[in-house]
Amino acid sequence: MREEKASAAASVASAARTADVIVEIRDVHYSVGRRVIFSGLNLTIDRGRVTAIMGPSGTGKTTLLRLITGQIRPDSGQVLFDGVDVARLSRRELYALRLRMGMLFQTGALLTDLDVFENVAFPLREHTRLPESLIRNIVLTKLQAVGLRGAARLYPAELSGGMARRVALARAIATDPDVLIYDEPFTGLDPISMGMIVRLVRQMNNALGLTSIVVSHDVEELAALADASYIIAGGKVAASGTFADLKEQQNSEIVHQFINGLPDGPVPFHYPAPDYREQLLAGDA
Amino acid sequence: MKLLREIGETLRGFVATTGAVALFLVRILGQTPQALARPGLIIDQVHNAGALSLVIIMTCGLFVGGVLGLQGYDLLQRFGSEDALGVAAALALIKELGPVVTALLFAGRAGTALASEIGLMRATDQLTAMEMMAVDPVRRVVAPRFIGGLIAMPLLTMIFIGIGIYGVQVVGVQWLGVDPASFWSQMRSSVDVSDVMEAVVKSCVFGLTCSLIAVYEGYTATPTAEGVGRATTRTVVTSAVLTLILDFMLTAFML
Repeated sequence: MREEKASAAASVASAARTADVIVEIRDVHYSVGRRVIFSGLNLTIDRGRVTAIMGPSGTGKTTLLRLITGQIRPDSGQVLFDGVDVARLSRRELYALRLRMGMLFQTGALLTDLDVFENVAFPLREHTRLPESLIRNIVLTKLQAVGLRGAARLYPAELSGGMARRVALARAIATDPDVLIYDEPFTGLDPISMGMIVRLVRQMNNALGLTSIVVSHDVEELAALADASYIIAGGKVAASGTFADLKEQQNSEIVHQFINGLPDGPVPFHYPAPDYREQLLAGDA
Repeated sequence: MKLLREIGETLRGFVATTGAVALFLVRILGQTPQALARPGLIIDQVHNAGALSLVIIMTCGLFVGGVLGLQGYDLLQRFGSEDALGVAAALALIKELGPVVTALLFAGRAGTALASEIGLMRATDQLTAMEMMAVDPVRRVVAPRFIGGLIAMPLLTMIFIGIGIYGVQVVGVQWLGVDPASFWSQMRSSVDVSDVMEAVVKSCVFGLTCSLIAVYEGYTATPTAEGVGRATTRTVVTSAVLTLILDFMLTAFML
């Protein structure tokens, strides 16, 4: 009797836990040619939180986003979005699922032949038959949220990098998604623009009740922003938890090097090369 | 042995590319009904591929017609039949030069513009962004451009032929003194509807080929500056070669 109760309690706890998890990566293996990107990656992303995915360049952070959004499929393992295996979906089902996701690209990826207003209106025009007056109001509301209502008639070529990313953010939230995915949102921004983006990520997450996944290697910005963090290295999760947890988990050399921004370590400063002296004396490249 | 292997590899690559282009065409055709439901997008692309090519098509048509007038007159007067300049030039323009030269010019102007535009959209993540917004880029970007090119080519060909005949008339009648009545009456009596249909069929086939190659090359371009450049070059070269090969096959079939 006691065992049954314990089992029931465990299954309720498990169900509650599953309900809180919106993205789950289960034992994912993925390679590009002979290069292994992931070898048994496991992680979960909780609903309603800002989760940071960090790691040195080339560890597959963007690849992970492409797996979550179904742009690529894992060699083995599962990528579950709200319990649905993304890799098993047809194109139509995948597109239906993507309506629940918004993605902010590193470059903004705005459509260059449309102005700011039309860029934000784009997903609305493609997926809804809303009257023009309503589209106008929604677009202006989203642009107001990112502080760019006054730039509605500018073209992408007239925007700074930070402005382009804010417009892309307005476009990403135009259809009110459940999850917002940010791919390197801070790269190449000046401190003011970076501060604006950090504030917007948090504001969007809280005000709209979203789940945010932020891929970046900007440790300081993510430390201030993320509720939970993962460091990926060597095809697996090297460390996870809050930022304070990560600081304590520096028993791993790669985590220690990454968190402290050390120039040399498991990720070497020098790319593998033949002996320096021998190469210089040999006189060839 | 090495040569045989290289030939085998080349053939395998050719078959694989042909298959990929055919599958891409099927994918475009599958999205065509939805693309046709938004005529505004297609009209924009007819404007881009057609109206923006008008100056080059009309200029080239005028000078090709002028050269045809000079060469035709020189040849025909040797046999004392310069009055046949009108019909000879018109048939040459309608059956051959019009469709072929228009297709070559189209590949150079509109084809390269299409390939580089779509290639740059790929390189700057715009196509991926569309996919992430659950918008199929083949439906939204590729199909309207393909249909636009398909519609623009026969229209441009007819304009090229019309301007070309005017060029022949300017050189033959107004400059070299061919009798205008003979020039026009012989043309009217000898040029058949079937000749015009030949031009229409050829221009439609060339339109399909050049537009398909341009959108395919752009869509599959490696997302780098070099990749887009190569895709643009391949668009012109492949379109030109295929146009001439198809022209030979269509001419042999329709004569």
